[in-house]
Amino acid sequence: MGLLDGKRLLVTGVLTDDSLAFGVARLAQEEGAEILLTSAGRALGLTKRTARRLPAEPEVLELDVTAHEHASQVAAHIESTWGHLDGLVHSIGFAPDACLGKGILQAGWPDVSTALEISAYSLKLLADAFAPLLERAEAGGSVVGLDFDATVAWPGYDWMGVAKAALESLARYLARDLGPRGIRVNLVAAGPVRTMAARSIPGFSKFEDVWDDRAPLGWDVNDSSSVARAVVALLSDWFPKTTGEIVHVDGGFHATGA
Amino acid sequence: MDNEAAFDKFKSCAVEVLQVPEEKITPGARFSDDLEADSLEVVELVMALEEAFDITVEESELEGVETIGQAFDLVTSKL
Repeated sequence: MGLLDGKRLLVTGVLTDDSLAFGVARLAQEEGAEILLTSAGRALGLTKRTARRLPAEPEVLELDVTAHEHASQVAAHIESTWGHLDGLVHSIGFAPDACLGKGILQAGWPDVSTALEISAYSLKLLADAFAPLLERAEAGGSVVGLDFDATVAWPGYDWMGVAKAALESLARYLARDLGPRGIRVNLVAAGPVRTMAARSIPGFSKFEDVWDDRAPLGWDVNDSSSVARAVVALLSDWFPKTTGEIVHVDGGFHATGA
Repeated sequence: MDNEAAFDKFKSCAVEVLQVPEEKITPGARFSDDLEADSLEVVELVMALEEAFDITVEESELEGVETIGQAFDLVTSKL
């Protein structure tokens, strides 16, 4: 028996087999879920190729969060196939070059707005588009987003850090407004993992060096299995009264001072 | 596999993934300037090459790989 037997899930953000979302997708399938992947623009081909490396090759649909009609098209597809949705994984983030590694003063509003739209507003876009399907889930729908602790300023992370702070706040408001419809909204604040997205963050190595030393449980930047387990747990029926929460999967780094 | 057969196989992967005409896949062609391939497409090409040649390429090995010739050398060094 798997933790997600019979569940139907939408997983965004699979690029390569290093992606956090890939680990989630693989574990979800191993735990009995049926999944659908989405990808955007020039990443679509890459996601389709990576999908073949999962235990069972899932369907991959295009969902660019800046093309607002895509989400409703994917929702219509799920409506006509599955009829409902048990869970949704948000693993979407992007910031233009000016927003990363150049200090917070460099970027102007056009770049910042792109970072905020894709990395934070998109959670509202997806939650809104899929809520009618999620509220039909037998045990309540579960939305889980991937986060990086936004309570402090990090080297190089700059506007992506601001976007993550917005994501954290937005998750709480979505939890408030979707709770009455039986939908939970939670985030997993992961420690640094060497993914394709992480490699695009200047100064990422500065996190790498200190994390393992400071985290009480230690941390391996090449192992995202603990992140996948937490996301799968939040998608399961085992957190039925947890919403608006941020679960830290970081070896305990966030709880230490130095 | 001789070098020429290997390059033909390499070329067909590149044409499929990068969606450029075969004649543009030359050893000197640069991914970003000549083939307009972004980092996502280069990673996708590497995945296609891994499958076609039954090899494994770590992403760290891609650092400094900017041309078709460099990528081809990386592949053949693993055969």
